[in-house]
Amino acid sequence: MSFSWAKAYEPKHPLMRWLDQRLPLPRLVYGAVGGGYPVPRNLNYWWNFGVLAGLALTIQIVTGIVLAMHYVASGDLAFQSVEHIMRDVNEGWLLRYVHANGASFFFIVTYIHIFRGIYFGSYKAPRELVWMLGLVILLLMMATAFMGYVLPWGQMSFWGAKVITGLFSAIPVVGTSVQQWLLGGYAPDQATLNRFFSLHYLLPFVIAGVVILHIWALHIPGSSNPTGVEVQSEQDTVPFHPFYTAKDGWFASLCITLFALVTFYAPNYLGHADNYIPANPLSTPAHIVPEWYFWPFYAILRAFTSDFLLPAKLWGVIAMFSAIILLFFLPWLDPSPVRSGNYRPTFKWFFWILVVDVIVLGFCGGRPAEEPWVMISQVATMYYFAHFLIVLPIISWTEKTLPLPSSITASVLHGEAAEAAPIDMSGQRPATAH
Amino acid sequence: MVRFLGILAGIVMVFVAAWSFGHGAYSFLTTPKERNVVKEFHEEPRDLHLASDGPFGKYDRQQLQRGFQVYKEVCSSCHSLRYVAFRNLEEIGYNEAEVKAIANQWQIDVPDIDPKTGEPKGRKAIPADHFPSPFANETAARQANNNALPPDLSLIAKAREGGASYVYSLLTGYRNPPGNLPAENRPGPNLHYNPWFANLNIAMPPPLKSDGQVGYKDGTKPTVDQMAKDVAAFLTWTAEPRLENRHRTGLAMLIFLLFTTVLGYLAYQNIWHGPTSRAVRRTGPLNPVNMAKRDAAAEEAGIPSA
Repeated sequence: MSFSWAKAYEPKHPLMRWLDQRLPLPRLVYGAVGGGYPVPRNLNYWWNFGVLAGLALTIQIVTGIVLAMHYVASGDLAFQSVEHIMRDVNEGWLLRYVHANGASFFFIVTYIHIFRGIYFGSYKAPRELVWMLGLVILLLMMATAFMGYVLPWGQMSFWGAKVITGLFSAIPVVGTSVQQWLLGGYAPDQATLNRFFSLHYLLPFVIAGVVILHIWALHIPGSSNPTGVEVQSEQDTVPFHPFYTAKDGWFASLCITLFALVTFYAPNYLGHADNYIPANPLSTPAHIVPEWYFWPFYAILRAFTSDFLLPAKLWGVIAMFSAIILLFFLPWLDPSPVRSGNYRPTFKWFFWILVVDVIVLGFCGGRPAEEPWVMISQVATMYYFAHFLIVLPIISWTEKTLPLPSSITASVLHGEAAEAAPIDMSGQRPATAH
Repeated sequence: MVRFLGILAGIVMVFVAAWSFGHGAYSFLTTPKERNVVKEFHEEPRDLHLASDGPFGKYDRQQLQRGFQVYKEVCSSCHSLRYVAFRNLEEIGYNEAEVKAIANQWQIDVPDIDPKTGEPKGRKAIPADHFPSPFANETAARQANNNALPPDLSLIAKAREGGASYVYSLLTGYRNPPGNLPAENRPGPNLHYNPWFANLNIAMPPPLKSDGQVGYKDGTKPTVDQMAKDVAAFLTWTAEPRLENRHRTGLAMLIFLLFTTVLGYLAYQNIWHGPTSRAVRRTGPLNPVNMAKRDAAAEEAGIPSA
């Protein structure tokens, strides 16, 4: 592991020693999330969201496997089987509501996790691969969530599948063939439902695999921290267990409480009424909107309304995909040596503008494609691309950053040690902060 | 190099988005605003308070039974209830014998086959059956209803914005079209003006026409308003039959989670501040602005900064 002072696993029980000599699984866990992983001592609560995302993935896999035992992937029976789960399967309503709201919970914590990475510069060297693997997880999550939303085979499932796969038809020459290949036909039907169910079951395990790579890559340099100053000595770290297991534990419990509030008392708040109507290819819903977590990207897609060399629809698709793809280049678009936004006064301003911008995009994405929402999303789209592609490269070059603390420990101790120092030879005490 | 290419790509994307914005803004400013008649006349669902509302809500079984009676005597002639079974009626307070009788006396037969000849043949419903549909299929339903399809009502309270309030508003919302309603939005033949319906004109004729249309056995006065409320409550139950279980489980879960959260928080405090812990209280990074001032002051005083 990363630091020389990381404690090695010492099995106490003879059985564990026996196991450790043959299959050092406990050793692996101890080094990954136990006392053998030294973590910066100054992490704030924004660092809890990675563990929460892992928890959300676990909840989704567990509830999903049980739901799959009762669900029928058939155009005639899918909707009915979901109602069977809601009415006749023991606690089936709980499983389904936890799974449906769990997807939202997963995206909330993941988006916070990503914005934390952006603010504190967690994507910078030597953690570029941690960041990029995280983006791969995000893309996989989006594909999984989209296909999962199709499975109940309600109106929004069907029309969502039609619109989203229709995006691929914007690709020149091969577009229509690609769309038909994805759907297995000319429109969403039995073939679509079967393959989406198969992939929806497969991808979470692919996500779990990439999560392992994500954590592995993280454990090489170790976790980043709010100062952005690298760990220098043992004094700067505490072992993950018990310090961060305790902190993650109580905070996870708090977040599950909020999650339970929504799941038990407003389980349909984040869904669409239209999805309680069985899919009907002959009746188009008044407003086709994806789930809320796709709204910012949906707004970017719809912001391109005029042809310019290429058809507007193609620009929309290009923009929507590049909105995520460009994040892969973030470590090189922003090469400022200072990681943490706390020490970057200009960056900090633009960061908060970006947060507001993404919320505005999300809001517009959930509205019907009417003015003034389209114009607002066009301005917000301009800022989104300008932020990452123009603003960040320029400020990383021109910005005057604030002085960094000499170490994590110095930042935590607030200089009390120096202030308490005895009067020196010339009779002076260290100056205090004003 | 990446930065340079990034800036170029950024300029392209911003320009194309601005191009769309310019076109959009130009046509927004120059095209006269179209009148949205439906939006103008459409009304938001009226307030409806049911016993099942709120985190501690429970169904009012008397009301559900009244609502079921309205469904049975009025709605069921056109609307199916295919996800609900007769046996489910035990959940709203009917006993086993009553459920058996309701199923046996149901006005529509359950499609089946003659066990001897194999010919299609209806039979009396039993508690295990779901409510049989009034029409054999969609074509038959449309044929009997001027080409309109009466939707299945099992999930209607969840499938419409506004839920039960929508059902209640719609059932009591039939009006004469207002005088200023443009001709093209006036109800055509076999349509009825109802400002709570999505496009203002609904094919369903007013189902609840007069007070006393349904004879309530529990002494409640069967006004149109009361019948609409009762059937809205009944359809809330058909859409979410496990609501009481959900409210109960939710409360138990929240109490348990609050307990673990407090316990977890105390454990966390204990571990981070314990006498054997070598960590100090984490109070966050120094405010970098203050830190810079402090370092400047230290430099001024000739003290090397930490």
